[in-house]
Amino acid sequence: MVSSGLEILFDGTNIARILAGMLRVAEISICSLLIGFLFGIIFGILRTSESIIIKLIFKIYLEIFRIMPLLVLIFLFYYILPEIFQTTISNMSVSIVVFILWISSEVSDIVRSTLISVSKAQIDAGRALGLSKIQQYRYIYLPQGLKPVIPASLNLITRVIKTTSILLIIGVPEMVKVGQQIIEHYTIKVPTASFWVYGFIFILYFILCWPISRLAKTLERQVAK
Amino acid sequence: MSVLDAQHIDKKFGEVNVLKDVSLSIEKGEVLVLLGPSGSGKSTLLRTLNGLETIDSGQILFNGNALTLTEKSWQKVRPEIGMVFQSYDLFPNLTVLDNILLGPLKVQKRERDEVKEVANSLLERIGLADKATSYPRELSGGQKQRVAIIRSLVMAPQVLLFDEVTASLDPEMVREVLMVIKDLASEGMTMLIVTHEMNFARQVADRIIFMDAGEIIIEAKAVSFFTSELHPRVTQFLSSLTY
Repeated sequence: MVSSGLEILFDGTNIARILAGMLRVAEISICSLLIGFLFGIIFGILRTSESIIIKLIFKIYLEIFRIMPLLVLIFLFYYILPEIFQTTISNMSVSIVVFILWISSEVSDIVRSTLISVSKAQIDAGRALGLSKIQQYRYIYLPQGLKPVIPASLNLITRVIKTTSILLIIGVPEMVKVGQQIIEHYTIKVPTASFWVYGFIFILYFILCWPISRLAKTLERQVAK
Repeated sequence: MSVLDAQHIDKKFGEVNVLKDVSLSIEKGEVLVLLGPSGSGKSTLLRTLNGLETIDSGQILFNGNALTLTEKSWQKVRPEIGMVFQSYDLFPNLTVLDNILLGPLKVQKRERDEVKEVANSLLERIGLADKATSYPRELSGGQKQRVAIIRSLVMAPQVLLFDEVTASLDPEMVREVLMVIKDLASEGMTMLIVTHEMNFARQVADRIIFMDAGEIIIEAKAVSFFTSELHPRVTQFLSSLTY
């Protein structure tokens, strides 16, 4: 019989369930970050193009993600995607798709702005040596343009991890969702249940995000040098 | 024989005609100095000679052969036409040595050991051998500019273009850069130099071209340029440089 909030954590498989939720958070984050970054870098490079059509397409895409709350987009995709493809799509897949699109848009913004900050003079110096377009990217644009991207990207990673918590809205069993379920089970008998369970989840989020956030701070200082 | 030959170059920036039917040629081993007030088109002219600026009409010949004026074909000629910029423009993400090696290794595909040897002896010559592993941000302006000269020189170009290379430098650093250029002149390096340093021009130039408002006004042997009766526009320009 559970009598205190702390005991809830060790009751039955509760700890294992919460940790499984944490794993799911990591899974969604890593999956969508890897693919999102890949697309984001490609999109960012494409967005330095002069072509009006390319600019327009990306403008529409980016504005949608800038204007619409992520929550709304998740709902939208959750109900619309299965309609379009006439099939059931798991809430995990929907989450990852939306996250990839969101992350790509953010990363492309970071990449584009740092790429255009590489001065024309630097490019001219490269051209004057006879570097090809690809070599200019390889030796000038990317090393200079991507360095300031790193701290900004790390900050994005922590935001992505935290944002997985809204996925409970479409029933993804991530940490907060699991926590809710556990609390609902005990709350009448143990009124302090929510304090302990959410407290534990708080610590888990902290463990996930704090090292990344610290690393971002350190790198930011180095880039500023 | 002329190394670089520009014929009837016209260029507009929007409505402004920055180069009007400009022709010049640089002979092998010659030091040609380009003078003129700011905005006269000197730097633009220089930048058309390695294709960094496009031209609207005219022809550019390299060693007597007319060049196709596309970015792709310029790319092949540029290693032969070195260029040094006013703002040095060393690559901040590379060490001094890697800045110098980039062109020879990646563009000319030369052997690393061979190029490194050349690079080190050039660094030695300008007194910066100990800076090979430093980053550009650790160097003074004068040091950066000397490294930038080496970066061009290491590719063994047939002609070097200098675009106001001392204009961003503190006065005490101008000399160390000019000494390097003077040294190259005495070795017979073919050079086209845009500068505001009159004394330097007088010492180093074989020939002088004076531009104003996108046109060449005077072209003369250096000796006669400074001694003979001056064009009124030149007198005006020279007096604007003194107080």
